Amino acid sequence: MNFWLLLLIKVGLVLGVMLPGALVIIFGELKISAHMQSRIGPYFAGGRFGWAQPLADGLKFMQKEDLVPADADDRVYKLAPYVVLMGTLALFVVLPFGPETVARDLDLGIFYVLAVSSLSTLGVLMAGWSSANKYSLIGGLRAAAQLIAYELPLVLAVIGVAIMAGSLSLNDIVTAQANWQWFDTLPTWVNIIPPYMILQAVGLVIFLTASLAELSRIPFDMPIAESELTMGYLTEYSGLRFTMFFLGEYAGMVAMAAVAATLFLGGYWLPFVSDDVLNFVGPVVLLTKVMLIAFVFIWLRWTFPRLREDQLQTIAWKWLIPAGLANIVLTGFFKVVF
Amino acid sequence: MLDQYFGDYITVFVFMAVGALLVGGGLFASSLLRPDKPSKTKSEVYECGIDPVGGGWSQTHIRYYIFALLFLIFDVEAIFIFPWAIKVEDFALADMGGFILVEMVIFIAILVVGLVYAIRKGVLRWE
Repeated sequence: MNFWLLLLIKVGLVLGVMLPGALVIIFGELKISAHMQSRIGPYFAGGRFGWAQPLADGLKFMQKEDLVPADADDRVYKLAPYVVLMGTLALFVVLPFGPETVARDLDLGIFYVLAVSSLSTLGVLMAGWSSANKYSLIGGLRAAAQLIAYELPLVLAVIGVAIMAGSLSLNDIVTAQANWQWFDTLPTWVNIIPPYMILQAVGLVIFLTASLAELSRIPFDMPIAESELTMGYLTEYSGLRFTMFFLGEYAGMVAMAAVAATLFLGGYWLPFVSDDVLNFVGPVVLLTKVMLIAFVFIWLRWTFPRLREDQLQTIAWKWLIPAGLANIVLTGFFKVVF
Repeated sequence: MLDQYFGDYITVFVFMAVGALLVGGGLFASSLLRPDKPSKTKSEVYECGIDPVGGGWSQTHIRYYIFALLFLIFDVEAIFIFPWAIKVEDFALADMGGFILVEMVIFIAILVVGLVYAIRKGVLRWE
């Protein structure tokens, strides 16, 4: 098929996964948090269950005046939301939804994911700096420090998987998990368990913790910290520009959860199912895993209090990074011995 | 080969452009719906409701600038681990597993020494 036509379809499909995915997670967050606090949550919008609440919110934001502070650095201020969403969308390029259902299976794969995911950080820093607001400035700097500190555990956790799979391409990593065989002495049903969930359990925990921090979600939401910084780097943003940051955060959650699912939980792979079927069933399998991880993110958010800035740095440098390095050495050892 | 190469880049750029288009399109749609009544008070920066004191770019002591230096070292070295990670299997199959392991353990040990030095120096202690 024509390259450009195919590209257009791919873009459409990715948007078709990303936007509803983000809306579902926003709605899930409203509803789950409500039930965790013995509230009902959204109730009216859209009839039953208030399912249209995220859409109603979006529509409301669209009608709000677009304010730019007089002192702000105009161009940077306006460019920031673009940068955030560009970075988020670029993440979806390499995500495999099936053996062949992937926008572009880059050889760099996971390395590219790590590189592009820091593009959003740049947007956040731009937003914080250009707002000419003290809260925004402190929020932006905090975001930069946090994303720097947690980028490393993320990278180190990924290396463990790269050793096991012997490739950086996300598709190859899923294939490696599908081809994994446990010892013959174990019953065959053991093969249902995604192998890296067990073998890279340390990596999985590090990756999830670090991606929570990369998304600046509670307990790592110091860049926003409502009670001390108003809204952090978002303080001056109103209307649709604010919505775009918000969308970027939740779309980023979809992307990070999908990356985690692909690396550690087997991605689109389903045992005992042939590749032809997987091309159609794969997206459903992957999205189920994404929603499971998103649920864990939401659960953690409504369970833990916010950390202090130096505690955050201590966790990253004293615990996660040494654990990540140890995981690399052990995984290498495991790979060589077996 | 070259088609593959350009195809990769074009796909990435198109996806980024769509991300930008999403924001641009949203802003355009919003501009049709939203009111636009600028005033001097509205265009002031927010500061607890009072008039802002001093400029927006006030000087603060950024205690975490040192992490940027640490990060630079670790991130650059993490890049070197990637090619190693992919080649572990090949080396193990060629009976050189011990060699490649020792190499990386030395590399990581140097990294850890650096980290321990930084921590002992009190980079993480805030007073």
